[in-house]
Amino acid sequence: MKLLERLIAIAALVPTLAFANVEVPLDTAPIDSGDMASLQNGAKLFVNHCLNCHAATHMRYNRLTDLGLTEQQIKDNLMFTTEKIGDHMKVAMDAKDAAKWFGAQPPDLSVIARSRGADWLYTYLRTFYRDDTRATGWNNVAFPNVGMPHVLAELQGELVMEEHKATEGEAGAHGATHEPPKLVLAQAGSMTLKQYDAAIADLVNYLVYMGEPARNNRVQIGMMTLLFLGVLLVFAYVLKKEYWKDVH
Amino acid sequence: MSKPAALIQWIDERFPLTANWKAHLSEYYAPKNFNFWYYFGSLALLVLVIQVLSGIFLTMHYKPDAALAFGSVEYIMRDVPWGWLVRYIHSTGASMFFIVVYLHMLRGLLYGSYRKPRELIWIFGMLIYLCLMAEAFFGYLLPWGQMSYWGAQVIVNLFAAVPFIGEDLSVWIRGDYVVGDATLNRFFAFHVIAIPLVLIGLVAAHIIALHEVGSNNPDGIDIKKKKDPKTGIPLDGIPFHPYYTVKDIVGVVVFLMVFTIVVFFMPEVGGYFLEYNNFIPADPMKTPPHIAPVWYFTPYYAMLRAVPAMFGSQFPGVIVMGAGVVIFFLLPWLDRGKVKSIRYRGPLFRGWLYVFIVSFVILGWLGVKPTDFLGKVGSTDLEWATLLARIFTIVYFLFFLLMPFYTAIDREQPEPDRVTG
Repeated sequence: MKLLERLIAIAALVPTLAFANVEVPLDTAPIDSGDMASLQNGAKLFVNHCLNCHAATHMRYNRLTDLGLTEQQIKDNLMFTTEKIGDHMKVAMDAKDAAKWFGAQPPDLSVIARSRGADWLYTYLRTFYRDDTRATGWNNVAFPNVGMPHVLAELQGELVMEEHKATEGEAGAHGATHEPPKLVLAQAGSMTLKQYDAAIADLVNYLVYMGEPARNNRVQIGMMTLLFLGVLLVFAYVLKKEYWKDVH
Repeated sequence: MSKPAALIQWIDERFPLTANWKAHLSEYYAPKNFNFWYYFGSLALLVLVIQVLSGIFLTMHYKPDAALAFGSVEYIMRDVPWGWLVRYIHSTGASMFFIVVYLHMLRGLLYGSYRKPRELIWIFGMLIYLCLMAEAFFGYLLPWGQMSYWGAQVIVNLFAAVPFIGEDLSVWIRGDYVVGDATLNRFFAFHVIAIPLVLIGLVAAHIIALHEVGSNNPDGIDIKKKKDPKTGIPLDGIPFHPYYTVKDIVGVVVFLMVFTIVVFFMPEVGGYFLEYNNFIPADPMKTPPHIAPVWYFTPYYAMLRAVPAMFGSQFPGVIVMGAGVVIFFLLPWLDRGKVKSIRYRGPLFRGWLYVFIVSFVILGWLGVKPTDFLGKVGSTDLEWATLLARIFTIVYFLFFLLMPFYTAIDREQPEPDRVTG
């Protein structure tokens, strides 16, 4: 039993190892892929705030029926640029213009959660802060010198980086300190920080869903497949025992 | 005569159906003492079938075009009914193929299955392994993600390191000055038809050679030496069918359970089976900070990085990496031991084999990581990871190069007359 526990502990470590080279400590995204209300709210935030500059070229609007919405609801509440429910989530912005305005074309978000990971997105979307040295006036802790301005500032408010006060002991012992930077609220937005965190969790939940819409389905089918194989294993084993009686 | 029997007879008069069935299954006598390690041969065959079948369905929807490839994979993942399942089966199958084949090769090392008279089985097997590497490499470009693109760039550039003809050679391979649409198209051709054809031919040769000389076993002794005087059947042999077919079914079900867990619950396996960066479309203008091949190539990748550039050329590293694979071919002639199985080998072979396994695993681990992840040795410029990779590369080669000496003087134990256990 001890061995099994250790193996599980090692297996649990694997995902963290893969992200071990990320320098900024990431907050764990409190997301639940089965929470339809959260996913619907995330979809709403996505089409309202992200889908102006970022496309999700591989995602079709009618796929949102996965989230418990009817096609009519999707048309009425979530579609602004097209009338066809089977259309992909595209944006009107020209790629060349975008590159000129932001320094880089805003990346397609279809599978962004698969390359960046939920925790990174959750941290990134919550750590924009005011920085006058940047052209947009914004900087980000998880993505230093990012080209994107803080489009959700009206919700979160404006954060500023607290000047780091190195205590004498620290400076003497280590030189540079490794304390994570601290952000403080300078100007409130329409949400409290707690509400904002919850909204971003919904948005990230949606991005994770959009990265792989088949995910919930896959886990369910996996359970049934394993169950079937478990039963098959019993029969296969009994069959083998029966045949091998005369060998041993 | 019953109707099915008549049909069989009709066929047998025109095609050796019954004769083949007997020769390869119902009257192919395998040693009765196969253990856990002997599942991986049949499992490798199973994975080959899984890859061919899932690959056919992927080909129906995939577009080998630099502008469309990434999107067509997402189309398979979203819009093609059960496309996500077929794709995950194929991506999981790729890694599982290597797991199974590495264990199958280790079995050969443990029980001396490469030794006389099985040298050709081993050589066919090694050629299968080479094909598998080529197949995996060509296939990995097809999703056209960042790791696909830059992995291919790095590997093709290895050919550019060949003296004199390198530059021309690499352009010839790519069909362009950079990895591009032409490269994708030819890699697709290699992946879906050229290499699989060779692979299936080699698998057939591997099995035909095996059935010619008979299977080895965990005791490493020849079961054909003790035959029943009346029937001529080896005393320790049992017909492959039904005994090993029913036994392998158990192995297959257990394997499929592991396969299922990966496909349905963890298809990325923490970024090792499907790398996170490969969900970013290929961008020739943006080099990722850390390019790592998929895990099954990393031992050789670590060797490549371990060798310092000489005369301003990476070629020595390429040679060492290639030698790391090719040296396996020589194994049947490097081994001077009298016994085959690890059970009766002396402490020298056992020790070297364990050290070799450890080096292979550590090299694989080092190949996943950036070279600076352990910091530098003291105040020198040498990185710890590079130093470790050098040490274990040397150990890896010493296992082979010293083999004629340590196997010749090893304190081996006598083999039993009949198989045990």
